[in-house]
Amino acid sequence: MVIVIKNKSELPIYEQIKQQMKAQILDGSLREDEQLPSIRQLARDLKISVITTTRAYNDLLDEGFITSITGKGYYVAPRNNELLRERMLFEMEEGLQKAIENGRNAGLTDDEIAAALKKFMED
Amino acid sequence: MENILEINGLCKTYRDFSLKNVTFALPKGYIMGFVGQNGSGKTTTIRSVMNMTKADSGSISVFGLDSVKDSIEIKQRLGVVFDSMYLAEHLTAKQIEQQIRPFYKNWNSDDFFASLKRFSLPDDRSVGDFSKGMKMKLMIAIALAHKPELLILDEPTSGLDPVARDELLDILSDYILDENRGILFSTHITADVERIADYVTILHNGTVWFTGSKDDLTESYAVVKGDEDAIPEGLKERMIGFHSYRNGFEAMIRTEDMRSLPETLVCEKASIDEILVYIAKEAKNAGHTESDTL
Repeated sequence: MVIVIKNKSELPIYEQIKQQMKAQILDGSLREDEQLPSIRQLARDLKISVITTTRAYNDLLDEGFITSITGKGYYVAPRNNELLRERMLFEMEEGLQKAIENGRNAGLTDDEIAAALKKFMED
Repeated sequence: MENILEINGLCKTYRDFSLKNVTFALPKGYIMGFVGQNGSGKTTTIRSVMNMTKADSGSISVFGLDSVKDSIEIKQRLGVVFDSMYLAEHLTAKQIEQQIRPFYKNWNSDDFFASLKRFSLPDDRSVGDFSKGMKMKLMIAIALAHKPELLILDEPTSGLDPVARDELLDILSDYILDENRGILFSTHITADVERIADYVTILHNGTVWFTGSKDDLTESYAVVKGDEDAIPEGLKERMIGFHSYRNGFEAMIRTEDMRSLPETLVCEKASIDEILVYIAKEAKNAGHTESDTL
């Protein structure tokens, strides 16, 4: 697991942790059932407050990305369909953004990009 | 949640300064940043916890024990670091260890020398030759050698370079891995608090201005800037530390008041530093109004 905290970010630190962990769960670099660092260990590693890591983990628990086993710790939750779907959507959006960026860089108008997309879907 | 430190209604009056009804609590397992301007009463509060100052009224409990009655037992279980070194300068760390060891039941020499090693401190040189950062680390090594459950630091970072400050944060983060411990950490360098503190208590002019979780504090206040004419009716009175200058104004507001602001005014998250500055400006503003009406 790689977490990079930006001190100057407008995003609160707990939100940065959440987003990065989610992204790593969704792209598979954090595997199902993989054990996560404890709340205190993560706070120590990142030199941030325990309340901040607690908040990030609690949100991830609520959203079903991780599970906790009393006395043992936190684990990446088993994949479920909804999570998979979210992953697909995430990747689709990423791909679309990339496509749009490339199109615009190549000097296409937004209408031309949309038309190209439509054409691909028909093919 | 169990509190490792509880201060209730602490009052202490000196000739030109008084602590007024200081009340706050530190839950076990967490770090509290204790901030405020110089002279706001942080050291007097800490000295009261240590039973080095006799309070006029109020009570302090540490580990559920009474700070006056059970002072000796508390000190066996508490480590403290002051902002200046109280050790004899001509002695070496080794000699100092021999002097302090007998006072503590739980003193662990191996731990002490392991800390020296970890902090890269020599044990055979006069401590008077140590740099400021080395002195601070030596005092932390002493404070940690009897395995304290509560660590109290009074301005440990003042006068330290950024590298030494970062090392201190490492030491504190390691210490709090054990959830049965607590840290009270007074400072006016709020960047350190901003990062590792779970709770914050702000002391202003001898009274508690805020006590609670750091997130609550930083989510409750924002800095607003812009054209004074754009401020909605009635809001200016609710602003903290209002300050106008030739091209506009600056002030701090409660985030609940942000909703009524027009888009032309710029709002930013307030850092703890900014919160302290606006508290001080507000006090100054109030002072001016008083003298104006006299």
